[in-house]
Amino acid sequence: MWGSMFRWLDPYAKPETLYHLCGRLLPYLMVLAVFTLLLGNIWGLAFSPADYQQGDSYRIIYIHVPSAIWSMGAYSSMAIAAFIGLVWQIRVAQWAVLAIAPIGAVYTAIALFTGAAWGKPMWGTWWVWDARLTSELVLLFLYLGVIALSGAFSEAARGIKVASLLAIVGVVNLPIIHFSVEWWNTLHQGATITKFAKPSIDPSMLWPLLISILGFALLLAALTCLRLRSQILIFEQHRPWVRQLLDSKADSTQKEQN
Amino acid sequence: MVMWRALVQRELQLLGRQKADWLNPLVFFLLVLSLFPLGIGPEPGMLKQIAPGLVWIAALLSVLLSAERLFKDDYRFGVIEQLVAGRQGLFSYVTAKICCHWLSTGVPLVLVSPLIAVLLGLDWQSWQVLVVTLLLGTPVLSLLSVLGAALTMAADKGGILQALIILPLYIPLLIFASGAMEAAATALPYTGQLAVLLAFLLFALALVPLAVRQALRMNVG
Amino acid sequence: MSIILAAEALSCVRQDRVLFENLNFQLSAGQVLYIQGKNGAGKSSLLRLLAGLTLPEDGQILFHGKPLFAQPELYAEQLLFIGHQSGIHPQLTALQNLAFWSALTDQQLADPYQLLGSLGLAGLEDIPCFMLSAGQQRRVSLARLWFTNKPVWILDEPFTSLDQQLIARLEQHFLQHLAAGGVIVLTSHQSLSAAYPELKSLELEYRW
Repeated sequence: MWGSMFRWLDPYAKPETLYHLCGRLLPYLMVLAVFTLLLGNIWGLAFSPADYQQGDSYRIIYIHVPSAIWSMGAYSSMAIAAFIGLVWQIRVAQWAVLAIAPIGAVYTAIALFTGAAWGKPMWGTWWVWDARLTSELVLLFLYLGVIALSGAFSEAARGIKVASLLAIVGVVNLPIIHFSVEWWNTLHQGATITKFAKPSIDPSMLWPLLISILGFALLLAALTCLRLRSQILIFEQHRPWVRQLLDSKADSTQKEQN
Repeated sequence: MVMWRALVQRELQLLGRQKADWLNPLVFFLLVLSLFPLGIGPEPGMLKQIAPGLVWIAALLSVLLSAERLFKDDYRFGVIEQLVAGRQGLFSYVTAKICCHWLSTGVPLVLVSPLIAVLLGLDWQSWQVLVVTLLLGTPVLSLLSVLGAALTMAADKGGILQALIILPLYIPLLIFASGAMEAAATALPYTGQLAVLLAFLLFALALVPLAVRQALRMNVG
Repeated sequence: MSIILAAEALSCVRQDRVLFENLNFQLSAGQVLYIQGKNGAGKSSLLRLLAGLTLPEDGQILFHGKPLFAQPELYAEQLLFIGHQSGIHPQLTALQNLAFWSALTDQQLADPYQLLGSLGLAGLEDIPCFMLSAGQQRRVSLARLWFTNKPVWILDEPFTSLDQQLIARLEQHFLQHLAAGGVIVLTSHQSLSAAYPELKSLELEYRW
């Protein structure tokens, strides 16, 4: 049953099919991503009301929260791709790990940077060892580990497999790390830090936030498609279909020039 | 079981031949510990306060460094390749490696812990807790370091890469081990932290050897 | 005669370079597959494929008619693989190295001294292997062939740095193994001199 349920996915394990699928999806995803990001952020930054406590500085959540959510979402997707790639020996899934990792790392860096920038007016300092910020920092290290490991082998295919295994080890560890850091944070919490009480967010603020979250997800998907396409081309460059593709591309540019 | 005993015997023979592999990390550990008072100042109250974190950071660095060369020779001379091709012995080989790595790095740390207590001015109670956390925590350090060594076995770059990928995984251990020692130092209950350390150990024991075996296979595949 | 090991339309890609494509062979009990080719032609890569260490880019390897990937454990039990590197740890003595491999393959080694002596290593059993010459190390490595009951042997350059006398002895041992129904896949720069009942040659071309 397990097998038959996912049988329809089989053709997409073929690099050529997946390359064309990503190519077809890419424009839609890109346009939708740009649209939702613009909508969510303009609405959030310019039109939604200011917070009664934090004034205008809270508006950074329209970037901070989505990037933080999807930094973790990207890690989970990467680990799922790694798992599929290793258990069923599907190479495109392993390449997807390599495609997602740098995007996730950049999302994490954005979340960290915006978190610090938000901390400055709120806490009076750029960095506090807040549980969520610390977890995010560790997440960045985990991403960097996966990226570094994947590039450390002269045989690229080997590096990707090993990095996939590390991604799985990381995702098993992530909840443990998160829980440990929370516990450590409650133990060491300084008196100057006041955590925000969880306020019920007003719909006029919530809607642009939700749209921004959707926008970041679409952007993640679009960039993954883009990067996966180039990964496929790199790893399949000796295949006839890639040669044909490149030849036809070269022909058409020549014709344009003529 | 006969096979496993033979594999452990081989590892011990190798450790006997290459004494630097386990002596150097121990010296490194003591050296790092003695650097801190020089850098921070020898004030006993201060040392006592930072001792838990200090001991554990030094311990995890020394265990990590000791694992770097763990598979290099066996990889270079084709032992791993032939083990992977033969399949059935690989898992026993992995567990024997982990066991002997702990025996050669974790146990010496426990043995020199009285010396640490003297250097950092720990009292009797704190030393006891230190020993228990070391006994529970160093096997986890060994397991994760061996995993790091296995992942980077065939990599072109060595040590620092291994540190980069494994150090983040040490964080929970660092938090709870030093947490237990801090709690003990302030006369708070610390059995909870020890229980968490035990849980980490059991969890790592169940999963890490499998991951190491997989990593070795990938590195020769 | 039943076919033990077979390759179907095998191809192998290394670092974006196609080493070989559409390679076919069949090997029955008592047969030798002798692989030749220049450096970099893909001999070792082919052996590693056949040892189940790597997966082919295309095609498949059959063991007793069934694909390798469907029965890795079963195949590994029947396989003795000695790769390009000897599998001998230089810090250990010949005896310790043999004890390691005999424990791993579950083969009891009745008299290791006698075996090592017969390979011209008498008196060298107890010194670390890094003090032995390349040929002597190779002999320690090949000693495994005398206490194994695995039918499939895959050997990468077994004759390297051996003297004529030992090569002859090794080839005699090959013949015994083949007579007992085993198969051997090997690479060598030297030509084989013994009278093999059934020798299959395979020449790999260096290609870009």
